[in-house]
Amino acid sequence: MSPAFDAEAYAEATAKALDLPLPPEWKASVVAHLKATAAAAELVLAFPLPDEAEPAPVFEP
Amino acid sequence: MSADIWSLSAHEIAAGVKARRLSAREVAEATIARIEATDPGLGAFTDRTFGRALAEAQSVDDAVADGEAPPLAGVPYAVKNLFDIEDVTTRAGSKINRDNPPAGGDAALVRKMALAGGVLAGALNMGEYAYDFTGENAHDGISRNPHDPGRMSGGSSGGSGTAVAAGMVPVSLGSDTNGSIRVPSSFCGLFGLKPTYGRLSRAGAFPFCASLDHLGPIARSAQDLALVFDALQGDDADDPAQAHRPPAAALAEIGKGAGGLAIAVADDYFRKNGMPEAFAAVDTVVAALGVTRAVTLPQAARARASAYVITAAEAGNLHGKRIRQRARDFDPDVRDRLIAGAMIPAAWVIQAQRFRAWFHAAMLEVFREVDIILAPATPFHALPSGTKMITLDGVTMPARPNIGIYTQPISFIGLPVVAVPVWLPGAHLPIGVQVIAAPWREDLALRVAWHLEQAGVARAPVAKL
Repeated sequence: MSPAFDAEAYAEATAKALDLPLPPEWKASVVAHLKATAAAAELVLAFPLPDEAEPAPVFEP
Repeated sequence: MSADIWSLSAHEIAAGVKARRLSAREVAEATIARIEATDPGLGAFTDRTFGRALAEAQSVDDAVADGEAPPLAGVPYAVKNLFDIEDVTTRAGSKINRDNPPAGGDAALVRKMALAGGVLAGALNMGEYAYDFTGENAHDGISRNPHDPGRMSGGSSGGSGTAVAAGMVPVSLGSDTNGSIRVPSSFCGLFGLKPTYGRLSRAGAFPFCASLDHLGPIARSAQDLALVFDALQGDDADDPAQAHRPPAAALAEIGKGAGGLAIAVADDYFRKNGMPEAFAAVDTVVAALGVTRAVTLPQAARARASAYVITAAEAGNLHGKRIRQRARDFDPDVRDRLIAGAMIPAAWVIQAQRFRAWFHAAMLEVFREVDIILAPATPFHALPSGTKMITLDGVTMPARPNIGIYTQPISFIGLPVVAVPVWLPGAHLPIGVQVIAAPWREDLALRVAWHLEQAGVARAPVAKL
């Protein structure tokens, strides 16, 4: 987990900005899930990909 | 014979009905009796469609009398309750979706089963909105493990595992986004097929994560998987992710067994973070097949992490409106994951999708050298129901998300897998091994599963109830 990512502050701000429910009794669990996802994302983001690497889904018009 | 019709395999039933040694009606009646006798203690079914089953059985008997020979003649089956069944409300494991009207028609795969002569007994319990590896449902109760009812059936297709392991039906259909067919197959000791992403139509099945959702069968033999898989294949314009490939001839090929295939066992990531039984089961299969080669799946941990991020984000998006309007009607464990998922920054998800393309290309290189890769299906036997934390390699972690550590990197790029059940010496519970093939080669994975079954290494007995 990057020390720069404050999951609790992020959850509070995002809940407010995106109109998501975050009552106090749910917060610890939501923050824990956010931290777990952030840890996974950090692993993914740390892998060097070339600028040309496109996302897997391809739209076929 | 009628006393133990419920214990027959799908291919035995179809052969018996086509030869008129059995009627589809007596099979349906035996199935109904078995469900009524065993389901109350196990919690597999949420909706029973016995009237439909008897009507479909009659149609099959009439067709056979007219000289027809449908491939699944009279085979009873049931489906995870995210498949649309005409006149049944598709609950998808939720309380919220029960407010929806009954489905106006069948899901594409249910139509395929019916066309092939299948007889639908009902809809099966599942984790809420498929975000689950336990088989526990906050609204409908627990789908229990027939081999030990105090333990998890595995999720999210929990009822699909319970019903087949208990001998209620020989075949069920489930869905697998990160392991939801393979985990219950491992915990309940069954053969489960997660086909290639895009192989089978998902039309009429309630989604979870469009990028990762698959549907497939669970059965008690490799031959039954092949029989049903062949019946389920075919183009369907209603599923935009379907790949429109020529069908595999799974049943016709299965008797070739493992001969001539280059088989390797996955090392590194797939030899860590498991209990001894997970690796012992793989070693048993490795020994039976005479495998001497190991392969390293490149960046498997990142593959799993990417699937985790995509799942969280797509589920958070799918359920965004319900989370805002009806948060208190969710299973709390699912709700909190969905709220967190709805908060995820776009950059994380897009990077995970970019990594997915990288991992896909890297894995295709691996499959230039080997036909089949073996790996554990779950890190342990079925856990006691209600288990919240587990300790793996000395690290204590939440149980639920980590049940799928070995399945998640594989479904991430849609590789076809057959989970095969292994009973270790002295064990009272089974555990699964993943037989993984290159894209579109379900036939090869099924051949190896069949080979292991013939050798007595993989087997799926009905649980002693």
